[in-house]
Amino acid sequence: MSSSKKPPVGRRGFLKGAAGAAALVASTGKPVAAQQAETARNGTAPITTQEKDPATNVEVLTADRPGSDFMVDVIKALGFEYIFANPGSSFRGLHESVINYGGNKSPEFLTCCHEESSVAMGHGYAKIEGKPVCVLAHGTVGLQHASMAVYNAYVDRAPVFMIIGNTLDAETRRPGVEWAHSVQDAGILVRDFTKFDDCPLSLQHFAESAVRAYKFATTPPTMPVLLVADGDLQETPMKPGEKPHMPKMTWDAPPQGDTGAVMETARMLVNAESPVIIADRCARTPAGLKNLTELADTLQCAVINQYGRMNFPSRHPLNQTERAGAAIRDADVILGLEVWDFWGTVNNFRDQLHRTSRPITKANAKMIAISATDLNTRSNYQDFQRFPDLDVSMAADSEATLPALIEACRKLITTDRKSALEARRKKLGELAKEAHDKMLVDASYAWDASPISTARMAMELYGQIKGRDWSLVSNNAWPQRLWNFDKHYQYIGGAGGAGVGYGSPAAVGAAVANKKYGRLSVNIQNDGDLMYAPGVLWTQAHHKIPLLTVMHNNRAYHQEVMHLQRMANRHQRDITTAEIGTTIKNPNIDYAALARSMGVHGEGPITDPKDLGPAIARALEVVDRGEPALVDAVTQPR
Amino acid sequence: MKFALGILFTTSLLMAQNAAPAGDAEHGRKLFESDGCYQCHGREAQGGLGTGPRLAPKPIPYVAIQKYIRQPTGQMPPYTAKVLNDKDLADIYAFLVSRKAPPPVKDIPLLNN
Repeated sequence: MSSSKKPPVGRRGFLKGAAGAAALVASTGKPVAAQQAETARNGTAPITTQEKDPATNVEVLTADRPGSDFMVDVIKALGFEYIFANPGSSFRGLHESVINYGGNKSPEFLTCCHEESSVAMGHGYAKIEGKPVCVLAHGTVGLQHASMAVYNAYVDRAPVFMIIGNTLDAETRRPGVEWAHSVQDAGILVRDFTKFDDCPLSLQHFAESAVRAYKFATTPPTMPVLLVADGDLQETPMKPGEKPHMPKMTWDAPPQGDTGAVMETARMLVNAESPVIIADRCARTPAGLKNLTELADTLQCAVINQYGRMNFPSRHPLNQTERAGAAIRDADVILGLEVWDFWGTVNNFRDQLHRTSRPITKANAKMIAISATDLNTRSNYQDFQRFPDLDVSMAADSEATLPALIEACRKLITTDRKSALEARRKKLGELAKEAHDKMLVDASYAWDASPISTARMAMELYGQIKGRDWSLVSNNAWPQRLWNFDKHYQYIGGAGGAGVGYGSPAAVGAAVANKKYGRLSVNIQNDGDLMYAPGVLWTQAHHKIPLLTVMHNNRAYHQEVMHLQRMANRHQRDITTAEIGTTIKNPNIDYAALARSMGVHGEGPITDPKDLGPAIARALEVVDRGEPALVDAVTQPR
Repeated sequence: MKFALGILFTTSLLMAQNAAPAGDAEHGRKLFESDGCYQCHGREAQGGLGTGPRLAPKPIPYVAIQKYIRQPTGQMPPYTAKVLNDKDLADIYAFLVSRKAPPPVKDIPLLNN
């Protein structure tokens, strides 16, 4: 083979020979041979016969300024607080530079046990902090592990900044595993569900693409992006005097709705008798929550929160979420703000053998949508949902459009109209109160049941935290109904792509973001979800991430239990078999023991609802010390 | 007037419930689990969020339940007589009627925050 005939060379033969040796002497003040001997004494490389008796043409084995150091300069310049990663040899250079050149600070390397966890942690972090972390992964096996989590973040419009290692030049790959971990086009695996990817061939290229990627990731629709850090580019020393330009990062102003469309929308909303605002992934930041509240108070109209984000205060009198169906049926104008499934919101669809659907709105109801999703569409993955019949459609970011819409509405509201709107508010407030009282009655049923009702679990937890500065870092229905949410960080929405395995790592990522603010992060954790990658418990313990997890342990992939039951009933066969292949029993998993095995305080399993409150209180004492704790509550299905 | 209608409705309901065939509540509890009713309605038939309504302790009249499960008009999967006979349905109905009412909300401190 031709390569065997070549003299030993470093990657791309950089700094080989006298010039390179001279450079090294100049940089350290020590001869090359002395440096190599020092390296050997430090135990980083075995001493071979050849090294003990170096040849005249001395091979250069060390480097002062690897390209990965500059990559760290770029990463630092972008302001990343953390790197979430499972280690991988394809980015070993960058990993070492983060720790030793970058001092493992801003960003700090957090060890993850699975790449899916790394990305989902980044997903959760972004929804609290409003900006991405950096995730490192192998370009092949690592990205394959990570891909479902990337898809979740894509569908959920959450920014995650990924850098993956890969070695493009076949000549420089190590025989064996590095070939299995190398790929021609590393980004293609997730190109259908990322906003941007690139494979830079120089450090200047890396810097520009990194800034470009960051900009794209954080401009609505916010999404994951990916850069390839080529192995040679990481490990090859920079040339003497080489100083790539660091591009200036300037954030794009988010896209606002067209002025004419905003005016038309305001006119329709102000003149409507029963307008309804439906918000899904609207409030990207606290400003979204504030401005949506202001719009609702201006129009005195119903708001339905679909909880893609923390859009609207849960106990606001205009919050009609609990009677969403009635509000939509009664509406004459519906404004959807980043509504993921507009069609499904205004239509009823039956999952029976013959699938039928019908509108639930009035025949003459007008529909308006503001969504940034139309600005970045893909065709392969069909997450864009069924096409809705709209009267006004704005391809724009809802949050950024709200101030102009509020202003336009205010200008149109006359004094007479204002008194009518106030009467509407009073009526909606009464309906909201009725709905809340009904919720409390609903929650009282099965209050003392074992397994523990999910309403009881939610309220036992709330009873312990409601006086604190809490943040619910999971997606759960009873808290939505019963807790008092009025701050943006108190809710982070769901997975997006419904890929199971998101919940536990996203909670950890969100808890990482909450930590510096001193917030209490609480996670109601589905059992099946945790079992995808339970190593995330170890990450919590190792990095001392304060997070209270309460297991919603129904011992099943319960959604699938119901689907299987539906099939058996439809086929009129044995209806007693739906738990085969869908439950997590026999043996039951001891989640408290699992937690303890990884250094997390564990309580449970708890089956008597009376025992749950005290167990949560004990766990909170641990969390207050800055460490994670888990309480295993054995619960009703939903 | 509302009071009178309420009495009429309650009386009708009781009559309808009484019209249900006698059932074995304990067997009904087992069927409620094994036949998958609990999946959407909860193990105490208290209802599930987004899955199925509360059924107990005051279920709708037996004949209405019987009609609905055979030919549901909503999302519920059909329970035809081939997979759930009338006797077993009567047992499930007896289980639903046997459930205890919850304590009043005012007596549950955690629901009064």
